[in-house]
Amino acid sequence: MEKFTTHTGIGVPLRQSNVDTDQIIPAVYLKRITRTGFEDALFAAWRKDPAFILNQAPFNAGSVLVAGPDFGTGSSREHAVWALKDYGFKTVLSSRFADIFRGNSGKQGLLAAELAQDDIELIWKELENAPGTEVTVDLLSKTVVCGNIVAPFEIDDYTRWRLLEGLDDIGLTLQHEEDITAYEATRPPFMPKTLPARLS
Amino acid sequence: MAVAKTLAEKVWDAHVVRKGDGEGANAQPDLLFIDLHLVHEVTSPQAFEGLRLAGRRLRRPDLTIATEDHNTPTLDIDKPIADLTSRTQIQTLRNNCAEFGVRLHSLGDAEQGIVHVVGPQLGLTQPGMTVVCGDSHTSTHGAFGALAMGIGTSEVEHVMATQTLSLKPFKTMAINVEGTLRPGVTAKDIILAVIAKIGTGGGQGYVLEYRGSAIRALSMDARMTICNMSIEAGARAGLVAPDQTTYDYMYGRPHAPQGAEWDAAVEYWNTLRTDEDATFDVEVDLDANTLEPFVTWGTNPGQGVSLSASVPSPDDFGDENAKAAAERALQYMGLAAGTPMKEIRVDTVFLGSCTNSRMEDLRAAADIIRGRQKDPNIRMLVVPGSARVRLEAEAEGLDKVFKDFGAEWRFAGCSMCLGMNPDQLEVGERCASTSNRNFEGRQGKGGRTHLVSPVVAAATAIRGTLSSPSDLDPAPESAAIRTDAA
Repeated sequence: MEKFTTHTGIGVPLRQSNVDTDQIIPAVYLKRITRTGFEDALFAAWRKDPAFILNQAPFNAGSVLVAGPDFGTGSSREHAVWALKDYGFKTVLSSRFADIFRGNSGKQGLLAAELAQDDIELIWKELENAPGTEVTVDLLSKTVVCGNIVAPFEIDDYTRWRLLEGLDDIGLTLQHEEDITAYEATRPPFMPKTLPARLS
Repeated sequence: MAVAKTLAEKVWDAHVVRKGDGEGANAQPDLLFIDLHLVHEVTSPQAFEGLRLAGRRLRRPDLTIATEDHNTPTLDIDKPIADLTSRTQIQTLRNNCAEFGVRLHSLGDAEQGIVHVVGPQLGLTQPGMTVVCGDSHTSTHGAFGALAMGIGTSEVEHVMATQTLSLKPFKTMAINVEGTLRPGVTAKDIILAVIAKIGTGGGQGYVLEYRGSAIRALSMDARMTICNMSIEAGARAGLVAPDQTTYDYMYGRPHAPQGAEWDAAVEYWNTLRTDEDATFDVEVDLDANTLEPFVTWGTNPGQGVSLSASVPSPDDFGDENAKAAAERALQYMGLAAGTPMKEIRVDTVFLGSCTNSRMEDLRAAADIIRGRQKDPNIRMLVVPGSARVRLEAEAEGLDKVFKDFGAEWRFAGCSMCLGMNPDQLEVGERCASTSNRNFEGRQGKGGRTHLVSPVVAAATAIRGTLSSPSDLDPAPESAAIRTDAA
């Protein structure tokens, strides 16, 4: 995973709550078997509307998405994170993220930064008044800077550390393989196994 | 004395492979063992590929099971899948399962079906387990007192490689549902009412435990409906403590423990209760006695009302974001504020999905429609949750009831819940659906979804407008006798 320390890029105000993962990437695009190449799928239904924010310069070159509360609800599809990243987004700011989306972001190096809704509103206004304004998201100091606005954000310590170091989760866990093997030996015998298959 | 714990905390504690490193900048969370990993074609190809690229093995094929559900057609299943990308994705799953030694139930197999119907049906979902799947509706398995949650593809790969997951600690929320449901009111109405009450974000960071006399009175199929939609309230997991209803459901299933192991298991399962003096971080109460059939009017599952109510006005919402969301939802749904829900005419009725496609759901709908006529303008799809459910329903003659009514009797899969296969709504088409998500375009681009229970779906197919069973004229006598006897 790529390290994330700080990022500066054009902010995109997405004034909408409950942006579910079906909107971020409709199901029809989930049939692919690759992990990249999803940029065309991002907000595919909404992008058909010429008035949609990503169809307007300079927002189409944005890399910091500033969204309403409850971003990433619904389906667990990690494709939503892949699509945001493939399009060019490095970070999403919202006052509340769905749990699974937040987890998926952390695995893929997309920073999900949780801000107070009041700060989101201020940033929205700034970005709408001065389109093209750059937003700086600094993971070391856990701060967002946009124009004159300086706002703190929340992220759990473990995800922050992994993002800063760019660490691979599986590699970290396999350092504890002895613990896994020891645990396996203690599992009760009545716990089911899928193999050999028993059928009705 | 032992510290009092909730059920979810007990299951968590029993699975800790390695305690987290405590506080601090690089504090690692607890590493938990995963007892069952369910796999399907959509969220697994990139995970298998990740294993291959890193030269890693799949650690526990004997705790992993796969099925084909999201892409599979529900017609002509003996023919090659027409959609080439769908066919490729299914074939990729078959290749991956063969390569990594994973048991797979393919289209055409009697155990194929929606992954969350297949696990319980085979007896693989058991109380006190940790169950994961690259699908947010994995919360379904919580009905057995399992800690079950949806994960993303990176986590799928992590579980494949390590049979564990690093999980952030959660808070606990009790959903207390006391009282007795009135006729025509079901588990689906309970969970839709819960989501409307706490909102789509209300459960974020929580594991929900559904408790109270109304929950205890529910069958396993109904408890699965409730736990299934925990994610729609924002909670990754929701569960119900196991009891005799759970054990009766499980006994004799292919992978349920047998003989002395059954006794040992039951002894353990009996400890899986929230301790009397344990406390939840939050408690929410719902009165089952006054609950009515529930239906959604908007484009997220929290936008729901009683079926006897009217479409709300954006002005009913104090919060600016909620008001804007309501305005947008009404526009998308093509609805005017103040319209009685029961005057809304629908085009399609979908009975299916991991929420409502089990035997009890099909029986409940069949009992409503038996001997009655479908509104001629309605198209109705009935999609059993698994090939096994389809076979059982046919053994009871339910297929004939649906076909006589004029509904389409399909093969098993996720189908129109998310329209990854050809079962989709047209632009502007309105659907009463027993599924779980009314998001924009979820059932097909431009489609409009109202989430309902199976009995409301059935009554709606008869009247053509959103309807509850109590709105129906009495059934012809022969059918009424049949219903009473059931």
